[in-house]
Amino acid sequence: METFDVVILGAGIVGAACAHECASAGMRVGVVEPGVPAGAASAAGMGHLVVMDDSPAQLALSHYSRELWRDLRNALPSGVEYEECGTLWIAADAEEMAEVFSKQQRYLRSGIVCEAFDELALREAEPNLRPGLPGALRVPNDGVIYPPAAGAHFLSSAERLGARLFRGKAAVSAAHGEVVLEDGTRLIAGRIVIATGVDTRLCRWLNLRPRKGHLVITDRYPGIIRHQLVELGYLKSAHNLDGDSVAFNLQPRKTGQLLVGSSRQFGALGTKAEPEVLRRMLDRANEYVPALRSLLAVRVWTGFRAATPDKLPLIGPTTDPSVLVAMGFEGLGITNAPAAARLVLHHLTGAHLPIDPTPFLPNRTRALEAQYA
Amino acid sequence: MPERSGSSAKAVTVYVNGEPVLVTQGSMLAAALLNAGAACRVSESGEARTALCGMGICFECRAIVDGVSHQRTCQIVCCEGMRVQTQR
Amino acid sequence: MSLSFDIVVVGAGPAGLAAATAAAAAGRHVALLDENPQEGGQIWRSAVASPYTARAKDSTKARSIARFRASGATLFSGRQVVDADASNRPGRLDAWVASTQRLETFIFEQLILATGARERFLPFPGWTLPGVFGAGGLQALVRGGYDVRGKRVAVAGTGPLLLAVAAHLKQDGAEIALIAEQAPLRRLASFGLTLFSHPAKFLQGIRLRAELAGVAYRTGCWPVAVEGDGKVSGVRFSDGRRTWAEHCDLLACGFHLVPNSELAMLLGCKVAEIGVEVGEDQQTSVPSVYCAGEPTGIAGVDAAVLQGEIAGLAASGQAVAAARIRGKRDAQIAFTRAMDRAFALRDELRTLPEQDTIVCRCEDVRFAQVQEQVNPHSGWTDAKLQTRCGMGACQGRICGPALNVLFGWRNTSVRPPIFPIPVAALCSTPLSADGIEIPVLQENPQ
Repeated sequence: METFDVVILGAGIVGAACAHECASAGMRVGVVEPGVPAGAASAAGMGHLVVMDDSPAQLALSHYSRELWRDLRNALPSGVEYEECGTLWIAADAEEMAEVFSKQQRYLRSGIVCEAFDELALREAEPNLRPGLPGALRVPNDGVIYPPAAGAHFLSSAERLGARLFRGKAAVSAAHGEVVLEDGTRLIAGRIVIATGVDTRLCRWLNLRPRKGHLVITDRYPGIIRHQLVELGYLKSAHNLDGDSVAFNLQPRKTGQLLVGSSRQFGALGTKAEPEVLRRMLDRANEYVPALRSLLAVRVWTGFRAATPDKLPLIGPTTDPSVLVAMGFEGLGITNAPAAARLVLHHLTGAHLPIDPTPFLPNRTRALEAQYA
Repeated sequence: MPERSGSSAKAVTVYVNGEPVLVTQGSMLAAALLNAGAACRVSESGEARTALCGMGICFECRAIVDGVSHQRTCQIVCCEGMRVQTQR
Repeated sequence: MSLSFDIVVVGAGPAGLAAATAAAAAGRHVALLDENPQEGGQIWRSAVASPYTARAKDSTKARSIARFRASGATLFSGRQVVDADASNRPGRLDAWVASTQRLETFIFEQLILATGARERFLPFPGWTLPGVFGAGGLQALVRGGYDVRGKRVAVAGTGPLLLAVAAHLKQDGAEIALIAEQAPLRRLASFGLTLFSHPAKFLQGIRLRAELAGVAYRTGCWPVAVEGDGKVSGVRFSDGRRTWAEHCDLLACGFHLVPNSELAMLLGCKVAEIGVEVGEDQQTSVPSVYCAGEPTGIAGVDAAVLQGEIAGLAASGQAVAAARIRGKRDAQIAFTRAMDRAFALRDELRTLPEQDTIVCRCEDVRFAQVQEQVNPHSGWTDAKLQTRCGMGACQGRICGPALNVLFGWRNTSVRPPIFPIPVAALCSTPLSADGIEIPVLQENPQ
């Protein structure tokens, strides 16, 4: 039986970031990971570091977290492939162009550097976008990383600070200061942090739904696009609480490969790629970058995002005084991992936090908790 | 009994990095590159690479063929006037 | 666009030709798909007619192709299968057609996989230099028109394939520096004893030896490094006691064949370490899917032809005829298993890579990077995720078998597309009539 100040369930990027944060704060940390560290949602997603403003709380969280990534950049190993390529939010019509300007105002009010591009400036910035797009909002400090390497970096840094990784065994119970693994190993934990992605076996009261996404990666074609390109309609797609949707999202990697997304589906779906969804997603992408069609697709895969009803993550204490959660990041797990770790540390130790943690408290779903208690 | 194909086999000209190279009709483009001593591609760490497996599996023989990149030259039959360039 | 057939056969090598022929002869509507321009697969690959090389007629090949062409089955060449689904009846298969830049769909009642095998490459210092080829690889390239007259070639690795390759290269005008077989002499000698129970093989062996008269055939030795600046100038060999250098222009090097079992895995067929699991009549674990030839376990061309015939007969309902050939097939396979034991890879081959030796050629991942990922819990997935090994265009086909030897890892997860295809194949809008649009600002030379 081993004793820890905190045991973190899940070594995805959020769990790993929490492990690093807690170990750096001098805590004795245990991490439980049944599978491959950073091998689930962390490996399946795009690795986009992006400020997202679908709500004031999300804007605050993603802005804070993105700046934490920027502060980290020099400490990140080269395998993380940190690249500050920026994001271009693309308008396809006059209505979306109006949204570009109002988005710009919101960003500037929050101190986020951005500039509006008109049609000509957009063509100059990204010649491979189809002509006729009225403009875009450029957010230069957004970036791209390779998440599995970032997760591995956080985890190994935590281990160097004394954290212990329990690999290959899942936790079967985590309550009242004790974590029991499937082989009977018992870990005494001052506090427990559940950061298990779409796996809600130990926190069923959280109303999380897995949201399937498809991605395609191409062979190396350096220089086709420079920024991460996202259509403004992406927010509508992410907002959509039910049903299937696709939205254009194209990412240049440091390798010169292009990562093509995005799709969102609810429902009990397997991991197989669905040709119809893929077709819709790629048709949409081709509308923005017609040259995409002739590029070689090397791999196609799917992944599952953990979605909450109000699109904000669940970070903080539960009714069990020893258990916290850091769950439900939907498409912003990578972006928000460092901030989530700071929020967790704040809840554990009272450490200073520059943003308001209230919007992310799990007890905002208290009605559902009572149902499952 | 071995049979000789004879010297009447037709030749085609392809252009390897701009230089004309004569090959027997029906040859694969990778053979033209090899006969010309040209690399097919340059790897991620800057190494010159040519065909390895000869059967379309390894992707080392990729080059730019008539302006299109990532073409497996061991799977492409030479056509008169075809242009192939080392891919960087 | 979709075409329907009773039986679709994937791969037009010895097994596929035999399968398609047997099924079509029974009156079934049969399609034979292959990615190459002509029938033959790898071992029966057509050679470019060349003014300077003699070409021995292979009567088995000629007969097989002639019978296929007379059978009524339809050949679809230039088709690369990228996805397939046999979970429903009828099943469906998608093939990319490079010549028309289109995806074609084939609908089938029964599917016969005859996808053949590929060479295993093992990494060692200098193996990425231009001038290093697979053993079968160099032979394929020479058949494709590579002029090796006057070139000095070292042939290395393992298996009877080395003898065949050296003989053909000699016919094509190359000078063979040596044939370096890694298996030790005593093991090969005990294999020689089994040859007496298979007279045809014995004669084949003698003929090959005659053709190679004067060429050094050394056993118990292997390449440890390729030397050269920008291209091969020589190869260092070791026999475990001493190393020496052989001056040469080219190295043809292969360490066994490994099954092309990706399509079978994609379909959900059970695949063991040795190959796709098949029953008495070549049925896989997936109903309506058969597998014949090398993907079921490397057993050579004669076994492949018999397996293909059985699969074709069984898939077309000729169970009795199929049963009659089982014995011959089993005997052929037993012979090759004995051969496998003789040519097993020795432990020293695992120690060849140095820290900076590239193990994944698509991504230039070095041995040290992969070694860092080794721990009691790690497997192919960890290494792939952290080093990008296997994430390149070849989808792990080259580094996978090497990592299997080096670390014991095996990749069993296969997702479509099983070959890279243009994005256009996956979406609604086909490419334009003349083919491809060139993206602006591609960082390629002029």
